[in-house]
Amino acid sequence: MSRYLAKVDVMPKDGISDPQGQTIERALPALGLQGISSVRVGKSISLQIDAADEGDARRRVSEVCARLLANPVIESFHVVVLPL
Amino acid sequence: MVVFPGTNCERDCALVLERLGAGVELLWHTESDLHGADIVVLPGGFAHGDYLRTGAIARFSPVMDAVTTHARSGGLVIGICNGFQVLCEAGLLPGALRKNRGLSFLCRWIEVRVCNYGTPFTGRAEQGQTLRLPINHFEGGYYCDESTLAELQENGQVTLRYEDNPNGSLEDIAGITNAAGNVLGLMPHPERACEALLGSEDGVVLLASMIDSALQAA
Repeated sequence: MSRYLAKVDVMPKDGISDPQGQTIERALPALGLQGISSVRVGKSISLQIDAADEGDARRRVSEVCARLLANPVIESFHVVVLPL
Repeated sequence: MVVFPGTNCERDCALVLERLGAGVELLWHTESDLHGADIVVLPGGFAHGDYLRTGAIARFSPVMDAVTTHARSGGLVIGICNGFQVLCEAGLLPGALRKNRGLSFLCRWIEVRVCNYGTPFTGRAEQGQTLRLPINHFEGGYYCDESTLAELQENGQVTLRYEDNPNGSLEDIAGITNAAGNVLGLMPHPERACEALLGSEDGVVLLASMIDSALQAA
């Protein structure tokens, strides 16, 4: 067993409107910033996991994402696993 | 009446249901047995602090296994506001509740149209009736994918629709049932609209219909 650091990004699914991202995007011109678009707001979750190898760690974290950390109806997730 | 840490509408619901003739028992979320209940109520509030997502943690409370078994065997379940969110997260109702369009917390009176009179929760509703009920939520925008929406509409599962959509909910949906019709989730609070003094008695239509159905089934 080795310990891994998992970084999980949970984002609103493509095609699902994101009122938070839209609100931020509308505020940008007030800062004098141009050329920024497609703002989306999600969550970043980090956790540590003891697993046999990197693949095992990624598989188990993905299962946690599918069952708890993300709601598959409205959210997608992306997992990055790093050895500690 | 299921009580999670953070649930805060259980006493209002209990008071109203008792006045309508039901016996009510509050059930802490760690219980694994429903004590023979005919109706399970998931009242509003902020179960488990709404951490991660509304209803996301509540779904794993021990009592939810019993609620799921009750629902799958045809028992009546109503989820109000946060309870609706819990039912969606638990997979007992399709879809999800998203943050309101405009990102405003909404606390006001709205009107909903009854779209299906054949459910166990709408037996007392009259054809074309609208109900005046209060909403009190931040995550009330119903969402589901296209094929699920088509199923909801085909099966008559859309039970309540907003007359004037307050939160960006898909197809003005304010309340849906499962395919079998025995599980209802709705964002408005019928228990807060059961006395004329409070502004409306329309909530009685839904809650008394539900008790009628439980009595008929018993």
